[in-house]
Amino acid sequence: MNRHVLRYLGWRLLQSLVVIAIVIVGSFMLLHLVPGDMVDILGGQRGDMDAELMAILRARYGLDQPMLVQLFHYVTGVLQGDLGYSYRNQTDVLSLILQRLPATILLVVCSVIVAVFLGTMAGVIAARHVHRPIDVIISMVVLVFYATPVFMTGLGLVIVFSVKLKLLPVGGLFTPGVDMTTLQLVANVAKHMVLPVLSLSLFYIAIYARLARASMLQVLSQDYIRTAYAKGLGTTHVIIGHALRNALLPVVTMVGLQIAELFGGAVLTETIFSLPGVGRLAYDAVFERDYPLILGVLLVCSFVIILVNLIIDFVYTLLDPRVEVSR
Amino acid sequence: MLRRILLSPSGLIGLLLLLVIVGMALSAGYVFPKGPWALVARPYMWPGQRPGLLFGTDSLGRDILAAIFYGARVSLLVGFVATVCALAIGITVGAVAGYFGRGFDAVLMRITDAFQTIPGFLFAIVLVSILSPSVQNIVIAIAMVSWPPVARLTRAEVLRVRETEYVQSCKIIGMSTPRIILTQVLPNSLSPVIVVAAVLVATAIITEAGLSFLGLGDPNVMSWGTLINVGRPSIRSTWFIAVLPGLFVILTVLALNLLGDAINDALNPHFRKR
Repeated sequence: MNRHVLRYLGWRLLQSLVVIAIVIVGSFMLLHLVPGDMVDILGGQRGDMDAELMAILRARYGLDQPMLVQLFHYVTGVLQGDLGYSYRNQTDVLSLILQRLPATILLVVCSVIVAVFLGTMAGVIAARHVHRPIDVIISMVVLVFYATPVFMTGLGLVIVFSVKLKLLPVGGLFTPGVDMTTLQLVANVAKHMVLPVLSLSLFYIAIYARLARASMLQVLSQDYIRTAYAKGLGTTHVIIGHALRNALLPVVTMVGLQIAELFGGAVLTETIFSLPGVGRLAYDAVFERDYPLILGVLLVCSFVIILVNLIIDFVYTLLDPRVEVSR
Repeated sequence: MLRRILLSPSGLIGLLLLLVIVGMALSAGYVFPKGPWALVARPYMWPGQRPGLLFGTDSLGRDILAAIFYGARVSLLVGFVATVCALAIGITVGAVAGYFGRGFDAVLMRITDAFQTIPGFLFAIVLVSILSPSVQNIVIAIAMVSWPPVARLTRAEVLRVRETEYVQSCKIIGMSTPRIILTQVLPNSLSPVIVVAAVLVATAIITEAGLSFLGLGDPNVMSWGTLINVGRPSIRSTWFIAVLPGLFVILTVLALNLLGDAINDALNPHFRKR
């Protein structure tokens, strides 16, 4: 790896740190947008607090300090992994979120893999047969997928596959109350994940199919493709080894841009399929008015997204060594 | 330009579909004078079970077709107003960052990064729940999560136009900076932004429906998402209550995407053959 690439990655890391700082400060500001503070909410829920007790609580949690001091405490707290305390659940926010994070990561990672794989495949097939019936059919299906919101895909799949055909479970991460070996458990979880992953990835399959098609069409008209054919290489070899490798670059960029959206979509998917992930946690927290928990989810998701984008930048430099050292 | 859009099949279909939806929104008051909340028959009536109730009734016995007509108003209004707000924020941020560069650019673009890092839909949920669910707050939340791409696009275009000779000559003749930006730079950098506007409206409509679906919609208006939320508990039997309004969300978004593609093709004639 040369010096330019290292400098580029270093610059991206620095940018990410600034973004993290902005997100943390922004989350503090949002917390203070809430009418009334934590003690007011707690008092409202318990209903037996007098002004004296509330003042003591405020002093204990530093809520009577000036705004800037509170901001300082908040930032240092977050940096040490203290995201606050969820009174509803009687635990600290971070451990609640970490407990729920694996299900969401499983959902998002599977959806990205399915979307990139199926989307690229559809796009490549369409580009290979451009303007022929198969291209037209793929393009039309893609248009409909592209217009269907996640929750409608989810509800539609539940109606067809769980209610009518009774093929797949309606929700949950695994069948509870049954003793299973590890292998059975994996199979059971996989069965439960089919519909959520499909409903979250359908929209992205459409995006990647469109992108891969356009990008393949552009790459296929390049001179080096003609050269590859002229060398006598087979079609499959040219398409996969020469064209697809270059056509994948925009797809990789797009994945980085859309990781954030996928986490948003996970809220809807997890709610429909009652999966125990952070999206579902945030949804429940909204209705319990548990603001430290909601903002904790927002922060943790943002960290994960920033991390994923850094990894994608790294992968990008491997896929395309000519990566611009842009500022 | 308009002729080009109308001549392409996707533009024509998109425009016609959209006109139908707009027609539904405008005529809702005349076709269903009793409003979307009126209880008209027994609950859970299947579409066509009784003549006059084409789409059946929901869990409380309200006419689903009436709800869909009134829902079109909410969806189109929220989609349109949120997009206008997002464009206003995005264009301002992008123009300032792109034209003035340096410190402005660095600060504004990092803020844009931060907004793009946060999961948009989750952020919208948080905003609506903090501000309380109302049409106005839903519009604010959607605008807050959808301006970053507009800012990026505007900035990139402004960076390009800023260096052109006609802008340089305006500086030399002493034209004021705001006037250069408003009369020279922006008019020449906004065509790619117009293309994303159609998609922004579509995304805003999906976001509003998603929020209402989760029960975070304005309780005082009947929107498509509200109806989907009402129909969700009985999805095993009377699935049409959730599916019918869902189909209208899909149709509207489809229409806007088709229109967006047609505008894109009309603005970039080179790519029309693709």
